[in-house]
Amino acid sequence: MDKPQPRTAFAPAKEPDTAQDAQAARRKRAMDSLARSDRGRLEAFLAREAADLEVHAVRGPETGLVMVRGRIGGGGAPFNLGEATMSRATIRLADGTIGHGQLLGSDRAHARLAAIIDALGQRADYAAQVNALVSAIEADLTAADERLAEETAATRVDFFTMVRGED
Amino acid sequence: MPKTAKATYYGAFADAVLDAQAAFRGLMDAMARPGRIHRFAELASPPAPLSPAQGTIALTLFDQDTPVHLTPALAASAVASWLSFQTGAPLTADRLQGRFALVEKGVAFPALSGFALGTQDYPDRSTTLIVELEALAGGPERCIAGPGIDGEATMAPIGLPEAFPALWAENGAQFPRGVDLILTAGDACLCLPRTTRLLG
Amino acid sequence: MYVAVKGGETAIAEAHRLLADRRRGPRDLPSLTLAQIAGQLALAVDRVMAEASLYDPTLAALAVKQARGDMIEAIFLLRAYRTTLPRLAISQPLETAAMQIERRVSATYKDLPGGQLLGPTFDYTHRLLDPALAEAGDEAADVAAATRRPSSGERVMRVSDILDGEGLVEGDGHFGADHVAGDITREPLEFPMPRDTRLQVLARGDEGFLLSLAYSTQRGYARTHPFVGEIRIGLVEVEIDLPELGFAVSLGRLRITECQMVNQFKGSAKEPPQFTRGYGLVFGQSERKAMAMSLVDRALRAGEFGEDIVAPAQDQEFVLSHADNVQATGFVEHLKLPHYVDFQAELDLVRRMRADYEAKRADEASDEDAITSEAAQ
Repeated sequence: MDKPQPRTAFAPAKEPDTAQDAQAARRKRAMDSLARSDRGRLEAFLAREAADLEVHAVRGPETGLVMVRGRIGGGGAPFNLGEATMSRATIRLADGTIGHGQLLGSDRAHARLAAIIDALGQRADYAAQVNALVSAIEADLTAADERLAEETAATRVDFFTMVRGED
Repeated sequence: MPKTAKATYYGAFADAVLDAQAAFRGLMDAMARPGRIHRFAELASPPAPLSPAQGTIALTLFDQDTPVHLTPALAASAVASWLSFQTGAPLTADRLQGRFALVEKGVAFPALSGFALGTQDYPDRSTTLIVELEALAGGPERCIAGPGIDGEATMAPIGLPEAFPALWAENGAQFPRGVDLILTAGDACLCLPRTTRLLG
Repeated sequence: MYVAVKGGETAIAEAHRLLADRRRGPRDLPSLTLAQIAGQLALAVDRVMAEASLYDPTLAALAVKQARGDMIEAIFLLRAYRTTLPRLAISQPLETAAMQIERRVSATYKDLPGGQLLGPTFDYTHRLLDPALAEAGDEAADVAAATRRPSSGERVMRVSDILDGEGLVEGDGHFGADHVAGDITREPLEFPMPRDTRLQVLARGDEGFLLSLAYSTQRGYARTHPFVGEIRIGLVEVEIDLPELGFAVSLGRLRITECQMVNQFKGSAKEPPQFTRGYGLVFGQSERKAMAMSLVDRALRAGEFGEDIVAPAQDQEFVLSHADNVQATGFVEHLKLPHYVDFQAELDLVRRMRADYEAKRADEASDEDAITSEAAQ
């Protein structure tokens, strides 16, 4: 049976470009946060910062599946664990900037908002506001993770050795 | 970060669902009536050298589960990223892995036996080739027969190689295995499923 | 001959209406919200996601509500919904080592990096029904908030990595470089099935079925001397490649349970004595299922280790063909559908066989009578 190969379409040989890499890292960081943010927060941001934005749909918003893979034994060969719903959107701003949004779940509106903010983040006139938004989302996510870690830490077993019956 | 050509994000159907459904219906009818030319009403606008008909078929039939084989020239063109973004189909350099294969106009007609022919148990696991020609009519007339054709029909595409009758007979001899062929030109297509025979 | 009959249309419509009524229950009680189901019956929702093989807590909660709490029906609903969606991506393999831990215990090492973190477990509860929950004692103010304690920040190391340091445990499980993970949602089951595909079957398999099989291995039907190397529950990132951008992005996190079972192995001609492993990975907080899965995974590897295949849990075809509860319920429950014609045919057959049988008996009886009367004369 046919086995799909990894995609190879987008692997042009390229020199490492630190400026581009830094831009990619910043964009990834933003996309990761936008996916996990509360949707209302993204709505509020756009209403405040870019109320009359012209947005064209390029792909989606649409909901589909992502096949989630695990690894045998945790670190071995990949296997297909099961699917999860995901939603995604690609949009184009009036100036041609393309933005992508994608996240787990069926919230297509959220995916579209994330795509718009991803596009804005690439524009000099919005980059600072988007960075501030991303930092604020990250701070909340980190606080939630810390809370979870601390609640879990409270259930840590502190073993102590009983007095032994020697002597 | 690779620069993805702007063309990647353009050229999809105006209405992703209805246009794909209409194209599917047209394609299905064309496959059921081998040799008959079908003109797509709603067309995709893929980057060159893919034709509108090829782009339309791609948007209609390709997805995550259909690896697609491209000729070297197509793989090096903007078509590769367009297909990936618009259809999600994985691209493969291996002919045997392609559920579909795209061939642009003007290159040598592909050797059909190099593609997946399916298995005796699963003859559907074969490659469907989508080959762009000069034109689908106006060439030398050829008689065809087989399922979906009442008696005999004719087709007259321009751009098929001289050896085509031999290639096609060899493909037909593999039945139930074999490839299926969609010939395209501009905004139209003509289907030759593996069951269609070339007469004379 | 098949005779088409109609009828029952009204009865079916009315049955659906009655079902809707009964599902809603007494109207003087408020309707359950999906947030309530996902928030307070979270483990039921997790089980539905695991066995439907579709992670989406909101939709799983809807399925539980619609199915009136019938888990397999809910799983069926979610499985059916899944088929309506296109697949958009395949994720990068989850990094369970980088999990945001909610629970982590090891039965093999007392002191291990990251510690024993009990998390929200039923273990050590007394299994006494709590009347407070039955009364109005479950309001927000009545339940204490979780305690917080500064986290050590220590990396929660995988137990398999610790064992690996000594070279006494087998590796994670690898295939050749060109192996592509099988996918039972695309390919029919074929036996023998490679381990990656088996794990996919087990991950969506019925918890009760796997639990019983796992139990059977402990009771001696393919004993594998298991220890829980580690169980961890927590949140992991799902990342996909965005080819048009050339990097991977996170779609967010989902909760999973992982079990590393460590099994004693006395060695064979090919392999030295060492510990072998069974692996369990399940959507949601599903510890029992992950443990059962890891035991069954190990039992199914019998052939790999040259062990005799003597027990049901070691039989690939038996285990993997019967683990799916949607398939199982479909085939079992279809028996209640009209089989009028089949049964008429069988009835006719049994009548004829019975008539033959009676006739034969009558013949034998009259022969015996004849013999007896001859003897009497």
